[in-house]
Amino acid sequence: MKDTNTPLLTMQNLQIEGLSEDRWKPIVKGVDLSLVKGEVLGLIGESGAGKSTIGLGAMGYVRDGCRFSGGSVHFDGIELTGADRETRRNLRSTRIAYVAQSAAASFNPAFKLINQHTEFPVRRGLMSREDARKDAIELYRQLQLPNPEEIGFRYPHQVSGGQLQRAMTAMAMACRPDLIIFDEPTTALDVTTQIEVLSAIRNIVEDFGTSAIYITHDLSVVAQMADRIMVLRHGAEVEAADTATMLNAPKQAYTKSLWAVRSFKSAQKVPVAADAVPAVSLRGVTAQYPAMKTPVLNNVSIDFHAGRTVAVVGESGSGKSTTARSLMGLLPPVQGEILLNGAPLSPQFRKRSKAQLQAVQMIYQMADTALNPKQRIRDIIGRPMTYYRGLKGRKLTEEIRALLDDIELEPDQYINRLPSELSGGQKQRIGIARALAAGPKLVICDEVTSALDQLVAEGILRLLDKLQQEHNLAYMFITHDISTVRAIADEVVVMQHGKIVEQGPKAQIFSPPFQPYTDLLLSSVPEMDPGWLDRVLADRAAKRA
Amino acid sequence: MNGFLYELGKAPLTAKFGCVVVLVYILVAIFAPVLAPFGESEVVGYEYQPWSAENWLGTDSLGRDMATRMIYGARNTIGIALLTTVIAFLAGSIAGFFAAVLQGWVDQLLSRAVDVVISIPTLIFALLLLTIFGASVTSLIGVIALIYATFVYRIARAVAMGIVVMDYVEAAQVRGEGLWWIMRKEILPNAAPPLVAEFGLRFCFVFLTISGLSFLGLGIQPPAADWGSMVRENASLITFGDLTPLIPAAAIGLLTVAVNFIVDWMLHKASGLKT
Amino acid sequence: MHHLLRLFVKRLALGFLTLFVVSLVIFMSIELLPGDVAQQVLGQSATPENLAAFRRELGLDQPPLTRYLDWLEGFLQGDLGNSLISGLPIRELISERMYNTFFLAGFAALISVPLALVLGVVSALYRGTALDKSINVLALTAISVPEFFVGYILVWLLAVEFALFPSIANLSEDASLGDRIYRTFLPALTLTLIVTAHMMRMTRASLINLLALPYIEMAKLKGASQRRLIVIHALPNAIAPIVTVIAINLAYLIVGVVIVEVVFVYPGMGQLLVDSVAKRDFTVVQTACLIFAATYILFNLASDLISIASNPRLLHRK
Repeated sequence: MKDTNTPLLTMQNLQIEGLSEDRWKPIVKGVDLSLVKGEVLGLIGESGAGKSTIGLGAMGYVRDGCRFSGGSVHFDGIELTGADRETRRNLRSTRIAYVAQSAAASFNPAFKLINQHTEFPVRRGLMSREDARKDAIELYRQLQLPNPEEIGFRYPHQVSGGQLQRAMTAMAMACRPDLIIFDEPTTALDVTTQIEVLSAIRNIVEDFGTSAIYITHDLSVVAQMADRIMVLRHGAEVEAADTATMLNAPKQAYTKSLWAVRSFKSAQKVPVAADAVPAVSLRGVTAQYPAMKTPVLNNVSIDFHAGRTVAVVGESGSGKSTTARSLMGLLPPVQGEILLNGAPLSPQFRKRSKAQLQAVQMIYQMADTALNPKQRIRDIIGRPMTYYRGLKGRKLTEEIRALLDDIELEPDQYINRLPSELSGGQKQRIGIARALAAGPKLVICDEVTSALDQLVAEGILRLLDKLQQEHNLAYMFITHDISTVRAIADEVVVMQHGKIVEQGPKAQIFSPPFQPYTDLLLSSVPEMDPGWLDRVLADRAAKRA
Repeated sequence: MNGFLYELGKAPLTAKFGCVVVLVYILVAIFAPVLAPFGESEVVGYEYQPWSAENWLGTDSLGRDMATRMIYGARNTIGIALLTTVIAFLAGSIAGFFAAVLQGWVDQLLSRAVDVVISIPTLIFALLLLTIFGASVTSLIGVIALIYATFVYRIARAVAMGIVVMDYVEAAQVRGEGLWWIMRKEILPNAAPPLVAEFGLRFCFVFLTISGLSFLGLGIQPPAADWGSMVRENASLITFGDLTPLIPAAAIGLLTVAVNFIVDWMLHKASGLKT
Repeated sequence: MHHLLRLFVKRLALGFLTLFVVSLVIFMSIELLPGDVAQQVLGQSATPENLAAFRRELGLDQPPLTRYLDWLEGFLQGDLGNSLISGLPIRELISERMYNTFFLAGFAALISVPLALVLGVVSALYRGTALDKSINVLALTAISVPEFFVGYILVWLLAVEFALFPSIANLSEDASLGDRIYRTFLPALTLTLIVTAHMMRMTRASLINLLALPYIEMAKLKGASQRRLIVIHALPNAIAPIVTVIAINLAYLIVGVVIVEVVFVYPGMGQLLVDSVAKRDFTVVQTACLIFAATYILFNLASDLISIASNPRLLHRK
C-alpha cells in the first residue's frame, strides 16, 4: 500500500509565531517533516511542545494570534503557507481533513450529525445529498457506531463522547481525503471507550489507505497508531524514526527519559497486622445528592492504615472522587459511618472538631485552582500550622522552611513567591506541603498527577512515597491511571457506578483470576508494545466466540 | 505607585489620555475655590453675557459666571456621583459576598429581592422613589445608591461564586476556617481586581444617571452648581446657535470616555495575564 | 416537546409573577412616604376638613391591601384613577401620550435594530481593522455622553444651523403620518444614535464569543468560506444572544425616551412622568411607572421565551 517515493506532505524549516503580550514569540521553531501516501506519522510531546500548531499548520491554518513566520508546507505540490485563501479552503475536507480533541465541542449544536457530515461532499459537488447520506451511514457502520441508520439523525448533545469522536472520524472521511490530522482524539475519553475509538480509527485509516498525522501525548497510544514517530519539545524536533526503532532504541536523552518514566515503583511493605486499628475507615457508606433519585455511592467500605496507600481506581462517574468528598464531610453519607482511629466522625465537616479536621487532608488535582493566587507560599503553608498547631513567629518560619526543604524547594528562593511564579509541578508540591503542614493521619490524593506531564508526575510520585515513609501517612490515592496504581498502591479498590466491584492487595488484583470489570479496565490500558491493540482485540474476539 | 507608573508608561495612548483627564478633573474638583474667579452662586452681571475676559464662558440665565459654575460643578457632580458609587459598592458587594458564601435561603432572599428591583428600569424606579422622598441631595444619593447596589450585588455575587467553587476555598472551609476569614482572605483579594474595573464602569452609569436626573430638574438642586442642571437652565441659548450650555454636557461626556478608556485598559491587562 | 412546553409555561408564570410583584412594589412604595400623604400634598396650611376629604377621595382611610386590590381591579378594567393634583382621570391624561411615546420608541427601534445588527456583525467580522476601531470609538463616545447632549447637538446642527427639522416636536392630534415622522425625526434620531451604540457593542461582543468556539474553528477547517461561517454556522447559535441584546435595548429605549422627550418638549409619557414627579402627583407617577415597567418586563419575557425556543439542547431532548 505505502508508496515510499512521492511525499504527500513536506514541511521544511516550518516556523510559526504567536502573539503574547504584544510580542511575537516562536511556537514552532523550524520543523522538517515529510509524509508519504498511506503513512501514519505520530507527533508526540508534552504540553507546549507545539504538536497541535504543527498539525494545523499541515492544513495551511494558524489560529488567531498566530502566523507563519518562515519555512514552507508543501501538500501534493502546493505550497500552503503562501497560498491564497481560496486554494487552502478548497483543499480542506476534500483532500485534508481534521479530527479535533473534543468532538462534543466541535460539532455544531444546532445541526444533526448527518447534515454536518454531508455538508462538504455535497457542496463540493462530489456526491448528491442522497448518496452522501447513504455513504455516511455506511461509514458509521464501518466505525462500529450503534444504530448506524439512525445515529446521524441525532443532535450532538444526544450522543455520547466516544460515539461523537467516531462520528467525527466518519465526517473527516466523508470526501475520502488523502490526509487526516487527528488531534488527540481520545485524550478526553475513558480507557474502555478509548480502545474502541482507537481500533475504529485504525481500521478505517488502513482500509482507505489514508495518510494521517496522529497527535498525542500518550506514548502507548501512538505506538498502536503510527508507522513513524516524531518526538517534539519546545516547538522543535527531538528525534524521529519508525515506531519500532523509536520504542526500542531511542537516541536522545530526552526521549529516553520519556520512555523511562514508568519505571518507578514503591517498595513492597509488610502486610498490616490483622488487629491493627485503621487510621480512617469507611463502613458501608451510601451517599446521595439531594436532587438525585439514585445514590452516587452505594455501600462503600474501605480501611486506610498508617503508612499504606489505598488506590481507588475507576472511570469518570465511578464515584471515586465522591467517596473522597463523603470522607471529607462535604457530602454527608445517608447511611454508614466514617471512623477515625475507631471512633465515629460526624458526617458533616462543620460538626467535626479541629483535631478531627486536622487528621484528614486533601491534595487536589488542579494545583492552579487549589492554591489561592493572592497568597504567598509562606501564608499558604503557614496557615494550617498556625490554625491547627498554634505555631507563630520564628517557630512558624522555621517549620515552613523545613517543610519546603522536605518537598525539595529551596526555602530562600520560594518562601515569598506567589503561586503564579511557580511551574505546574512546583505548585503541586506546594499543595502537598499544605496538606502536610496540618500534620494529618490520612492524605487524600485526588488525581494529583493527571494534569502533569509524565516526567513531572514521576517526581511527584517519588516525593509522595518518601513523605509517606517519613511521616507514616495513610494515603487514599484516587486515579484513573492504572500505571500510577501499579507504581504506588499497596491496596487497590476498583469502583464502577458508585459501587466497589473489587478490592484487595495490589498483587491479588493485578494477577489472575480477574474479576470481569477489572479485566476490562486493565486490558484497555494501552501498552508500549505496538502489537498490543491487535492482541487485545483478538483476545476479546476469542472470548466472545 | 512606581509599579503603576511603570505599567502606565507601557499603556496604550487612550489609557494615558484617560488618566490625564481624570487627574485634571480631580484637581479641579479639589481646588475649585482657588481656581474659580467668582463665588459659586454669586451674581456677577447681566444674564446671558457672551464670552469675555472677565467672564470666560459668559454668564448664565441668572447672571452668574459660567466658568465659575463649571469649576464648582466638577466638585458637586463628581463628588456626589463618587459618593453614591462608593455606597452602592459597599452595600452591593458585601451582600453579594454573603450570598455567595452562605448560599441557601440568604442567597435566595437577596437574589429574588434584587430580581424585582432590576426588573424595573433604573430611571423609572429612581423617579418613583424621588417622588416619594422628594428631590434633595440626600434622597438622590440614597435612591441611586440603592438601585445601583442591586447591580453591584449581582456582579459581586457572580464574581464571588466563581471564587467559592475554587478548590482553595473548599480547602479553607474543610480546614475549619470561619466565615469572616474566608471572606477576607480567600474571596476579597481575588474579587478585588474585577470589581475595581466594574467600579469604573458603574461610576460612569451613576454619573450619567445623576446628570440625567439633574437635567430633568430632579437631581442636584439649585443654587448648587451642577453640570446637568446647567444644561437645563441655559438650554434656550442653543436655539440661538450658542453652544455654551453644552460645555457642561461635554464635560460629562469627556470624563465618562476617559474612565471607559482606563477600564478598557485594565480589563485588557487582566485578560492578557491569563493567557 | 412536552419538556419545552413546561419550560415555556414556567417562564411565562415567572414573568407574570414579576409583573405582579412589581405592581405591588410600585403601589406600596407610597407607604414609605415619611409622614402623612395628605399633609405632604396639601401642605401645612390645609384644614383638617380638607385633609379628611382628601383621604376619603384616595381611600387612605382604608387598609393598604384593600386599596391595592381596588387599584389593581380598576387598572385591569381600564380605570386608572384620577390625578392627585388636577383631579383629571389619568386615562385621559395618558392615552394620547402613550401612543406618542410608543410611536417615537417604535420609530427609533425600526432604524436602530437593523443598523446595530449590521454594524455589530461587520465590526466582529473585521475585528482589529481600522474600520472596527473607528466604529468602536464612535460607539464608545455615543454611550459616554449624556442623552441630552446628543439631543441638543442634533438640534443645533439640524434645526439651528441647517434648519431642516423643527427643534421642538409639538404634535397636533390630527397630524398626518408624514408630518408626524417629520416632527418626530430629531428625537427619534437621538434615541437611535444612543441605542445603536449600545446594541452594536453587545452584538459584536456576543458574536466574538461565539466565533471563538471550537465548532466554528471546525467549520473553518472543513473549508467553509467566511460568509458561510457566519450565516450557516454561527447565526443559528447566535439567535438567543442577539434576541437578548435587542430586548435589553428596546427596554432601554423606553427609559431613554424620558430624557429625549424633555429635550424636544415631546408630548409623551416621559414628559408627563417628569412633570408629575416634580409636582409629586403620586397616582400619575404610579401609573406611568407601571406602564414603563410592564413594557420592560414583557420585552425581557419575550426574549427569554425566544431564547428557550431557539436552543437545540432544549428543543431536542435526549
